[in-house]
Amino acid sequence: MSLDTAEARTERAERAGGRAYLSLFKALGRGWIRDRSQIFFTILLPLMFMVLLASVFGSGDTAASRIVAVGDVAVLEGADEGEFTVTEAADLDAALAMLREGDADAAVVQDGSTVRIYPSGTSSTSGAIAEGRLSALVDDVNVEVLSAAAPGEPVLATEVEEADGGALQPIQYLAPGILAWGVAISGVFGAAGTIVDWKRDKLLRRLRLTPASVRTFLGAKVSVNLVVALGQTAVFLTVAALGFGLRLSAWTWFAAPLVLLGTLAFLAIGVVIGGIAQTSPAAAGLSNLVTMPMAFVSGAFYPLALSPQWVQWISYASPMRYLNEALQSVVVYGEPPSAVLPQIGFLAAFAAVVAFVSWKTFKFDEL
Amino acid sequence: MDAAIEVADLRKTYRGRGTGEVRAVDGVSFRVERGEFFGILGPNGAGKTTTLEIVEGLRKPDSGTVRLLGLSPWPHSPELTGRLGVQLQASAFFEFLTAREQIETFAQLYGASKARAAEMLELVGLTEHANVRCEKLSGGQQQRLSIACALVGDPELVFLDEPTAALDPQARRNLWDLMRSINAEGRTVVLTTHYMEEAEALCDRVAIMDAGKIRAVDSPAGFVRSLDAPTKVTVAAGQLSGERVQALAAGEPWTADEAAVVFETRDPRKLLTELASDGALDGLAVRTANLEDVFLHVTGREWRA
Ligand SMILES: Nc1ncnc2c1ncn2[C@@H]1O[C@H](COP(=O)(O)OP(=O)(O)OP(=O)(O)O)[C@@H](O)[C@H]1O
Ligand SMILES: [Mg+2]
Repeated sequence: MSLDTAEARTERAERAGGRAYLSLFKALGRGWIRDRSQIFFTILLPLMFMVLLASVFGSGDTAASRIVAVGDVAVLEGADEGEFTVTEAADLDAALAMLREGDADAAVVQDGSTVRIYPSGTSSTSGAIAEGRLSALVDDVNVEVLSAAAPGEPVLATEVEEADGGALQPIQYLAPGILAWGVAISGVFGAAGTIVDWKRDKLLRRLRLTPASVRTFLGAKVSVNLVVALGQTAVFLTVAALGFGLRLSAWTWFAAPLVLLGTLAFLAIGVVIGGIAQTSPAAAGLSNLVTMPMAFVSGAFYPLALSPQWVQWISYASPMRYLNEALQSVVVYGEPPSAVLPQIGFLAAFAAVVAFVSWKTFKFDEL
Repeated sequence: MDAAIEVADLRKTYRGRGTGEVRAVDGVSFRVERGEFFGILGPNGAGKTTTLEIVEGLRKPDSGTVRLLGLSPWPHSPELTGRLGVQLQASAFFEFLTAREQIETFAQLYGASKARAAEMLELVGLTEHANVRCEKLSGGQQQRLSIACALVGDPELVFLDEPTAALDPQARRNLWDLMRSINAEGRTVVLTTHYMEEAEALCDRVAIMDAGKIRAVDSPAGFVRSLDAPTKVTVAAGQLSGERVQALAAGEPWTADEAAVVFETRDPRKLLTELASDGALDGLAVRTANLEDVFLHVTGREWRA
């Protein structure tokens, strides 16, 4: 061990310049992989959400409607196999109590020629479905009676076909939203947490005293996050397609640039949060405070068209809305990238503005 | 050739919410020559770390100038940082990496080889712990790893902020040897410490710092010499009569209690010879002035490390 000559030193510095990015990328990437909580947040949590939401929204429309018959309900005898599961109740009060507790989707009473339907208010969607099915059943019976009475008369009958080879299954609608949400939380929480960690463990201060520039280091850190987002997207879409029947369009690959762009926007938000928060719990709390409303108004979990007007207005400010829309367009509807240019434009502008703000407000002295 | 470090009139005031103003560094100037072993000695909160951080380029001073190896540490330049080795007071590591991965990453940042990284790990005695994750190393082991990372880039100028703070006595001695050898190879070393004996044992020159100011700079020996303090000679009580003590003191100050008699003499040789001929050497202790007395003299306060 001895002091190098000046030439050896210069040569070494040149070698270091090119390799710094790669070695930092490797070091940070390794750290990421070994941190189990990261894997949980980025990969498992969105998958868990998908399982949960798919089973919540997925039930009801295909399963048989649960009907409580009060007394003798003759019309049910004409029902198709598998459309209803029928239980009997002694009186209407008992039937209504079952509805309130969510044990049935509708109660039905037949009083001579009047069929009275009580759809569930507790689970309104499956209540509405049950109501529809019961009305259709009554119509069918009427049509039969009429055509028997007047064989020569033409009778109108409806027949419901599933459009598009089956309606948009819940998974088609949910998957892009959950993916957008997963990308958002790993970006925001990841960046905010990292910066608070740096404040605590002083790693960035130490690195500022090496020949590697802060820019190289931040570049490596962002690269790790981008690669993570790509991996997250690939795993998520694969599981959604193979395990939940998500049909992927030919343009699905375009999810990659969309997710990368979204990640940049969410990382920038995380940096602003990390600049404000001083501790890990504070960073997590603030991240929640930002991502939760962002998710709720994004249309990721609940259709924007069904949301109140004010939610729709706020949603225009949520980058998640644009990521969700764009992902849905290319992955589910198979629209070409040119169709999502407005969303791309907004995400890019959002990322640029927030990145600028975080750069300007960031106190490097604290790191 | 430029000096290793030239610092002129550095000032830094922290303005914290609620805490009011702290003048952490208040007009600090010093100069360190190449190859020198320079120490900054001072109690907690003296401003050592803040001074070092400004000199390294981590913090901007409110005013004042810094030149390292003739260059400004601000803005960041690879030409300068490639020649510096830094151990910060708080160890800073990549999360979830082992000791070896850690130092190899730093080695790559400085363009040094894996072999060099392994050599440094060996030098600080961590080869056995190479595959242990950093967060699982003990405080002292982390400290040593941090020093290894500071040396891996073969620096000309090394900053060590309280490197021995978390070490056991054996590890401290080993590190002293290591620091001496680093310096002997021609590297300039700047060390901050709380420990008088550390500064005395290692440093060519020591700056005594207190409350944001450098009170005095000198070599340890120079300090003691200029203090011009008497040597304290202690012997167990009961060996000398009162008259004999008076005679031996020869007009110089002395104190006595039931346990011991303490002479403060300018001529320890004469006093010791006389004590020997009296056969009064039980419990003999001779204490010359040291940095502790210097600190008391310079700052007007007891040392309270
Ligand atoms: N980031 C900061 N913000 C506000 N005040 C600070 C900050 N860092 C240090 N101080 C204050 O500045 C003064 C000098 O601190 P500094 O860390 O430089 O002392 P030190 O000599 O290194 O002490 P120690 O021996 O404990 O390491 C102290 O009063 C401290 O409270
Ligand atoms: Mg300190």
